Amino acid sequence: MASDAPVDWMYRTLFRIRLFEDRVQELARTHAVPGYLHTYLGSEAIAVGVMAALRQDDWITSTYRSHGHAIAKNVSLHSIAAEIHGRTTGTCKGRGGSMHISDFDKGMLGALGIVAAGPPLALGAALQERRTGSDRIAASFFGDGAPHNGVFHEAAGLAKQWDAPVLLVCENNGYAEATATDWHLNTDTVADMMSAYAIPAQTVDGMDMFSVYEAAKPVVDRMRAGGGPELIEFVSYRFSGQYEGDKQAYQPPEEIAEAKKRDPVLLARERAAQMGLTSDALATLEAEIQQEVDDAFAAAERDPWPEPEDALDEVYVDYPEGQIRYA
Amino acid sequence: MRELTVKDAINEGLRQCMEADSNVVLFGEDIAGGQGRDDHPGAMDAWGGPFGVTQGLCTQFGRERVRDTTIAEAGFFGAAVGAAMVGMRPVCELMYADFAGVCFDQMMNQAAKMRYMFGGKQRVPMVMRTVVGAGFRAAAEHSQTLYSLFAHIPGLKVVAPYSASDAKGLMIAAVQDDDPVVFLEHKRLYMETDTVDEAMTPLPLGKGIVRRSGDDVTIVAVQRMNLFALQAAEALAEQGVEAEIIDPRTYSPLDEEMILGSVEKTGRLVVVDESYPRCSLAADIAALAAERAFGSLKAPIARVTAPHTPVPFSPPMEDYFIPSVDRITRRVRETIDY
Repeated sequence: MASDAPVDWMYRTLFRIRLFEDRVQELARTHAVPGYLHTYLGSEAIAVGVMAALRQDDWITSTYRSHGHAIAKNVSLHSIAAEIHGRTTGTCKGRGGSMHISDFDKGMLGALGIVAAGPPLALGAALQERRTGSDRIAASFFGDGAPHNGVFHEAAGLAKQWDAPVLLVCENNGYAEATATDWHLNTDTVADMMSAYAIPAQTVDGMDMFSVYEAAKPVVDRMRAGGGPELIEFVSYRFSGQYEGDKQAYQPPEEIAEAKKRDPVLLARERAAQMGLTSDALATLEAEIQQEVDDAFAAAERDPWPEPEDALDEVYVDYPEGQIRYA
Repeated sequence: MRELTVKDAINEGLRQCMEADSNVVLFGEDIAGGQGRDDHPGAMDAWGGPFGVTQGLCTQFGRERVRDTTIAEAGFFGAAVGAAMVGMRPVCELMYADFAGVCFDQMMNQAAKMRYMFGGKQRVPMVMRTVVGAGFRAAAEHSQTLYSLFAHIPGLKVVAPYSASDAKGLMIAAVQDDDPVVFLEHKRLYMETDTVDEAMTPLPLGKGIVRRSGDDVTIVAVQRMNLFALQAAEALAEQGVEAEIIDPRTYSPLDEEMILGSVEKTGRLVVVDESYPRCSLAADIAALAAERAFGSLKAPIARVTAPHTPVPFSPPMEDYFIPSVDRITRRVRETIDY
């Protein structure tokens, strides 16, 4: 079972996401960081399992719930924390913030604030890699709300026509914002929708990171070997609200409690022995990660704020001198 | 040097860019035509887009590089953004600028913001070609110019050429540029001719051109309005008024110095813009002069624009909608006589 899975990396990454997001929730409660915050709590196994199946140089698109994807793409915790804090050392030099944690050098095409913006971008990257003879593939992460948006369908249709190696990763976490998935989907699953495009699709448990990995690996391998687009819908649960500060009034407490019985971290702990990890080893690993998270935020909080006029950088190449006057 | 139409000049610019760089790839709806009927004689390059601008490119470069898409603008514009970030130089055709609504998210929120929002590492070297302009009896959804809609967005460069030589040089610059460029082609200029350099020579983005020199009044003319402004200037010359005509050619970046320098010389400014007047390029250029050349002005700034209505269909109404040579001449005269 999961013999080729990078077990140590998966446990570390799972804890990195969980402990990082726990800290983000604390910061949100005390209003210690500016801006909107959307945590990945409850869906950690998806980023971990899919990224374990991908290579570092494969492309992904992320969403405004971007921390988990960035962490699983091995973006440094410090640069993520610094971006959330709006510091110059952040992944985007403080220009993006929590919703846009993305590091191109780690294979991230972007973390986008618009629902369903990612699939066509991943499609384009996949097309370019394939036509230039590279075996890099592109995965697009999106929620269960995105398949209602027209651009998702445009991208899916073109991906099939172009036979592009795009992995469509639906994170079905039970809610599109404050609307329940079992109400908003017209089909039983998101995967069911893909028959319209003759795109192979499956629905898989998204709480167990090894199940995620086992589902994703053969799909990734098929694409790398020349295959076309596929969709995997991972069923998870959003433990947090749509955003930090959301009262979650629409999520029945018993539903949350039931979902937490299959908390991705709990399931990972249960499987640790099977994966050759003793409880002592796991405790040591968790303590190490907690230290990493603490160090990342401590460093970020000491980092410099951008200068106000840094806002003027990176709009154009060689914007002619003297044309912009703001002061 | 030979004479080429604007349409053929753009085609030649694209062809040379594609010959020079295999990463230049075209996307669009029926930019070749005949997909799915390649065994039928005449199917290949049956269209070249609705105006035939890209005709012949598919025959030369193949369907891999001249990609006919489904009618899915958000899909293929988004794909172009993603491809551009990883090494392609896509040139996307949006059949009409009026259709920007169906892929505006990809233009304004993805293409335009990648470089800025993610801290400067990502570049989106893509061109968004589209067709603007009234005068085709094409009614309200196939006739708009929408210049300021694009120029309003930081991160998008906006090009609107008048002459064939400018169209070619600016297209080459747009393809070679590392940022997204919106390239607006006026449908009523496609068949206008000019002498065009055979070499693959880019023109700088952000540099205007003085189309006619004069000391009495500055006319800043946007795209097709250069044609009318030049005719108005001839009529005015007979009255002893020498107009200087400036074609900014690109609207983001805008050659502010050229405009201001001319206004400082003439002391009078008339802006001619085929767009709706509110929040238009005409309004923006007028504000520029009011803010930075106020001391030079001898008369109020005048704007000659379309009325603030959708583009009407029926010829008498559409002809009334488009700024005319006569309207330009009269407004200049009023400015001179102020």
